[in-house]
Amino acid sequence: MEKQIYMDNAATTSIYPDVLDSMLPYLKENYGNPSSIYSLGRESKKAIELAREKVAKAINANTNEIYFTSGGTESDNWAIKGVAFANESKGKHIITSNIEHHAVLHTCQYLEKCGFEITYLPVKSNGIIDIQDLKKAIRKDTILISIMYANNEIGTIQPIEEIGKIAKENGICFHTDAVQAIGNIKIDVNRLNIDLLSLSGHKFHGPKGVGVLYIRENTKILNMIHGGGQEFKKRAGTENVAGIVGLGTAIEIATRDITKNTLYLIGLRDRLIQGLLQNIPDTILNGDPISRLPGNINVCFKYIEGESIILLLDQSGISASSGSACTSGSLEPSHVLLAIGRSHEIAHGSLRLSLSTENSIDDIDFVLERLPVIVKNLRDMSPLTKNK
Amino acid sequence: MEQYSKKVMDHFFNPRNVGVIEDADGIGEVGNPVCGDIMRMYIKVKDNVVTDIKFQTFGCGAAIATSSMVTELVKGKTLKEALRITNKQVAEALEGLPPIKMHCSNLAAQGIKAAIDDYKKKHGIK
Repeated sequence: MEKQIYMDNAATTSIYPDVLDSMLPYLKENYGNPSSIYSLGRESKKAIELAREKVAKAINANTNEIYFTSGGTESDNWAIKGVAFANESKGKHIITSNIEHHAVLHTCQYLEKCGFEITYLPVKSNGIIDIQDLKKAIRKDTILISIMYANNEIGTIQPIEEIGKIAKENGICFHTDAVQAIGNIKIDVNRLNIDLLSLSGHKFHGPKGVGVLYIRENTKILNMIHGGGQEFKKRAGTENVAGIVGLGTAIEIATRDITKNTLYLIGLRDRLIQGLLQNIPDTILNGDPISRLPGNINVCFKYIEGESIILLLDQSGISASSGSACTSGSLEPSHVLLAIGRSHEIAHGSLRLSLSTENSIDDIDFVLERLPVIVKNLRDMSPLTKNK
Repeated sequence: MEQYSKKVMDHFFNPRNVGVIEDADGIGEVGNPVCGDIMRMYIKVKDNVVTDIKFQTFGCGAAIATSSMVTELVKGKTLKEALRITNKQVAEALEGLPPIKMHCSNLAAQGIKAAIDDYKKKHGIK
């Protein structure tokens, strides 16, 4: 077997060894239910509260504002539906963008069926919203603004500070899906005026199946999962203790090393982007070159299709992803690529490589060696290729 | 993503009969770039038999594998036999395709039909 190069860290990440070690006791001897009052239960409770402190510290929140969930999708659903239904007497208008993750977009589409009105802000060709569009979209009955921190496909980072300021000035609740941003960008919910923030453990070397919704104190929000009194009586269900502990360890490591990691990743990212643009003709960079996640590379290669690229990269031991229809599991290519103005034909030829600190400069150079050959072979086979 | 069969992967990684026939007797193109699949088939015909065939395809693994497989099925067949080949037969010869690919990427038999239609039109055959 050839060496394996994993470059799909926006899909999920490996679990850090220290994260796994911290989880294991709660999958073995410390199996107590955190709601039980005897010592075995209290041990679990203590572990959860320690993880809560770590998350709170990472985003400069209070511990009573951190709620553990089953992941980013649940957090997004809770934030949007919970705020919408709690405030519908005040208004039924919500603002979001047209490049959100499906966890946000499909939740908003559901709310439209429930009688809410949604404004989907367009993005500029670099994938960033126009702040003037946001200001114009605000109405008297706007109850929520939900704009993602950083995009999962093209990596663009939105002007969160400005959005937070505008939301605060207008007395509107502000939610951000920060699933891709956490661990890559320093986030201070108070400085940025964020009222609700979603994050997911497995995007920063923690386990899958656990996430967080940060809810600023005094935010009007309904419960979505009813049952027992867990999570300050706001989110029922016996806690995923090992998962929560792992998330706590992972966020502690990610925020501790963030400055060093960011510099390292930007170096790798820009070497790869430059190499691709220079060595492969008819290659287009998707997203903003600067306001971009440190590990995100997303390009379109004209005349070829993404799934074919992914399969051939896999044959070379490289794991990556694409926004083509075939890989999105629908008949349409990525809504994000269409939103930044790519045609269907071009969008089908997209490739996303997302890095982590486990990637080396040798990995980058290996991709730069293999990818031009793969693209050339597919283009030689394509009826769309010009000047053959 | 759903798994491809070994046969699909074989035809994807080692496609047969890729390329262009400069003096083709018939050329057929099916699909469109919006859907993400285009196949172009080139045929040489002698005495009602497909003597040579080549293809060019823009598309996913299934699109490339079905194109490759159909060229193998058609080569050496009479026009009548070639026209009887269906997309379903191509999929079966590849040991099946994931359900979502059966409709969007399984166009190879149409590609053959288009190339034979073009040949007939050029040669005034009804």
